[in-house]
Amino acid sequence: MNASTPDWIAVCAVDDIPVLGSRTVPRAQGLDVALFRTADDQVFALLDRCPHKGGPLSQGIVFGQRVACPLHNWTIGLGDGQAQAPDEGCTPRFAVHVLDGQVLLNAHELATLGLNLSRPMAGPVRRTAHCPSTTQP
Amino acid sequence: MDMRVNPKAKAQLVLVGNGMAGVRALEELLKLAPDLYEITVFGSEPHPNYNRILLSPVLAGEQTLDEIVLNDWAWYRDNGITLHAGCTVTHIDRVRRVVMARDAQGQVVETNYDRLVLATGSHPFMLPVPGKDLPGVLAYRDIADTQAMIEAAARHRHAVVIGGGLLGLEAANGLMKRGMDVTVVHVAPWLMERQLDETAGRLLQQSLQGRGMQFLMGAQTEALIGEDRVRLVRFKDGRETPADLVVMAVGIRPNTALAEAAGLHVNRGIVVSDTLQTVTDPRIYAVGECAAHRGVAYGLVAPLFEQGKVLANHLAEFGIGRYTGSQTSTKLKVTGIDLFSAGDFMGGDGTETIVMSDPGAGIYKKLVLKNEQLVGACLYGDTVDGSWYFKLLREGRNVSDLRDRLMFGEHFSTSAIGDVGHQGQSKAAAMADTDEVCGCNGVNKGSICKAIRDKGLFTLDEVRKHTKASASCGSCTGLVEQILMATAGGDYSATPQLKAICACTEHSHQAVRDAIRDQHWTTRAEVFAGLGWRSADGCATCRPAINYYLISTWPQEARDDPQSRFVNERMHANIQKDGTYSVVPRMWGGETTAAELRRIADVVDKYQIPTVKVTGGQRIDLLGVKKEDLPAVWRDIGMPSGHAYAKALRTVKTCVGSEWCRMGTQDSTQLGKDLERAMWRMYAPHKVKFAVSGCPRNCAEAGIKDVGIVGVDSGWEVYVAGNGGIKTEVAQFLVKLKTADEVMEHTGAFMQLYRLEGWYLERTVHYVARVGLDHIKRRIVDDAEGRRALWAQLQAALEGEPDPWFEHQAAAVDTRQYIPIRPVPASHAEGSAA
Repeated sequence: MNASTPDWIAVCAVDDIPVLGSRTVPRAQGLDVALFRTADDQVFALLDRCPHKGGPLSQGIVFGQRVACPLHNWTIGLGDGQAQAPDEGCTPRFAVHVLDGQVLLNAHELATLGLNLSRPMAGPVRRTAHCPSTTQP
Repeated sequence: MDMRVNPKAKAQLVLVGNGMAGVRALEELLKLAPDLYEITVFGSEPHPNYNRILLSPVLAGEQTLDEIVLNDWAWYRDNGITLHAGCTVTHIDRVRRVVMARDAQGQVVETNYDRLVLATGSHPFMLPVPGKDLPGVLAYRDIADTQAMIEAAARHRHAVVIGGGLLGLEAANGLMKRGMDVTVVHVAPWLMERQLDETAGRLLQQSLQGRGMQFLMGAQTEALIGEDRVRLVRFKDGRETPADLVVMAVGIRPNTALAEAAGLHVNRGIVVSDTLQTVTDPRIYAVGECAAHRGVAYGLVAPLFEQGKVLANHLAEFGIGRYTGSQTSTKLKVTGIDLFSAGDFMGGDGTETIVMSDPGAGIYKKLVLKNEQLVGACLYGDTVDGSWYFKLLREGRNVSDLRDRLMFGEHFSTSAIGDVGHQGQSKAAAMADTDEVCGCNGVNKGSICKAIRDKGLFTLDEVRKHTKASASCGSCTGLVEQILMATAGGDYSATPQLKAICACTEHSHQAVRDAIRDQHWTTRAEVFAGLGWRSADGCATCRPAINYYLISTWPQEARDDPQSRFVNERMHANIQKDGTYSVVPRMWGGETTAAELRRIADVVDKYQIPTVKVTGGQRIDLLGVKKEDLPAVWRDIGMPSGHAYAKALRTVKTCVGSEWCRMGTQDSTQLGKDLERAMWRMYAPHKVKFAVSGCPRNCAEAGIKDVGIVGVDSGWEVYVAGNGGIKTEVAQFLVKLKTADEVMEHTGAFMQLYRLEGWYLERTVHYVARVGLDHIKRRIVDDAEGRRALWAQLQAALEGEPDPWFEHQAAAVDTRQYIPIRPVPASHAEGSAA
């Protein structure tokens, strides 16, 4: 395998994903990738993050070629990552190959797409990072 | 000429009439089937489609013509629609399927059709009096009329408006604002007699007189007199009044000449079926003001849009939409005058009226009741509750329980505390643009107004979609409706008589529930096929509802579908904003032990759970648990699921009771524990909360629970349908009982009734409001046999119901969802065994 050919990685079998459901693939950097399986066994991959308020799309209800975000019910197209009008926004999508029932993702995309996107913070505010009163690094 | 046959020739769709109804139908069609037709549109006016309702604000100088355009020229171009604007259709040849039209230059245009939509609207009725053709005599219907009035107002002084209805008064108001002396001539004894009763009509007249409008009531026009221009109006009783401009607003007639000439059946409009097809020729449809559906030709915009949806559905060859009529209400678009009417506001035989009149303050309200239902309303001066009355009227709800307070409006009638989330505001007009309307989604009044204007929104649903205002808890719906009325024009507020579950179907919640029960359907596929669902997998709105209806109607038979559950019920934990979850273990009746607390503390340490909090329902909430840790957290805690994530029995809150409390009269903790053990794992249309207090001091706050039980010395009082949420509602007294066993049976029977009759996402408070407390009393209190049967049914349904935290397989929990996929790196793909 050399660097110039697309580097496809087998991540799981199609059957590992529930029909009308989703699984997540963690990455070395950046948020997870969500894999979706439609009623007719097509597989799609999006960054697991709603363009609205960062909800995990993998936890939404899948219907047709769309998923409803579990946080505020935005509808995102599985094929294009676009929010359905009138909402506006887009989440990065990842190329998917299905070969002999195996789901393959592109290593280059996994390593580079959507790395700057994060989820909202929750929980008690932690001030350890830049606390002015501490002198210790 | 190119003689080749296009192998993929699209069907030809021709729309006659470039107005609001027809173009709206096209918009709906393009959403459903953008490539099905080659579309041609004919419009007599040389303009693109504009909002005719807003001609009055244009006349009054409050808006400009540009602002009221709904679809600009580019819209037609972008959608590949051929538009012949300023081109009037003169003839339809139904045999050759051709329409012929003539443009302003007299050029003839011919177009073939496969399907034809007539949306010719209506034309103003001109009184057949001498002088009606004189210059300066106008109707009030379109942009040309409006412009002519604006020009006349700039050069002339005296205007006479014939007709004191909605349109006439709006015209008169606009002309007055443009500086003319305006006299309104009306043949009936009071204004707007089709929308107002006499008292309200007189109040309206007084108010308009106060602004300088003059009136000639009961006056019949005999002739319009003038030579090169109208100068005078003469009446049958001999009176005369000067007039440089006469506007006739005595009514409209459906524009049916074209249809009649084509041999289509016309009776007060072009007669159409429930699919908007003309009864004469199924290739030809009629929609909007020109159509007569079940004998009614609608003149308001909302019913026309409903028709447009059905028409589009049929044109798109889905063929399952039906239009079954609309109920309408009226509001006058004269700034500063509030009036509202709906239904049978005059009353008559068999009706009763409740009236409040305060002439000094300019307020008048009249409600008409028949058989304990609200059938009509007429409000003047204070219309805040118009949409609430309209809702009661539409739903045909029994109002006997509200009757003594009905007149004072929604806030007073339904709750002493009322809605939260918008600073207690109830008058949108009094709010500044920066004031928050929707506290859930942070939407202020200004952004709602802007969206309505910029995006051409007409319905509450559209505003919800675009702005999210009132899309979450819904407590600000009334305010949003008021803003919509004021911004988009008053006549938006009509609704289909039955609300569909979602866009996937025409069927209402009740119809789907009934069909599932009557047809013994146990799978989603049967429901979708049997009721003609429009989408293969449904959507995020209908799937959870149907899943609930199936498993509650046919327990032990229908299989729970986790992919049709919202995230929380699929994961069996509550999702948080960062994608982590919270875990609430069950503590029977709110009691716990040192061993349980120790295990919880150990789990918090082991899984580094950031927040531990005591909930309002006396349980412990662990917040910030990672998805992949959930199964292990449940296992280590070793306590049953608290179902804090589900539409199910959440908690039974209890006070200490007679076991310890020196005031306690009953053992509330024990009863609470027993109730919780008997009914946990019970899914319901929405979440359910109980509380049991051991004495009337009611420390468990039983007054705001779905079932609240209060111990007294002689037994227990049972209250139902309370709510502590968005709309604080005090529970209503159901029955007083002697023993804890009776309480158990009554509570269980009430729950089973709610499970079988409630609509999905309907809390008990809304369910009981819909069916009436009398119905609950009849089924639960009066009918002992029925009550026992319901209670037995619930127990049978819960028999063997698994705990999803431990019995994953039985509870249809797909445990794969907790486990992330770890892909094998490509370089190690071969020969590695993970």
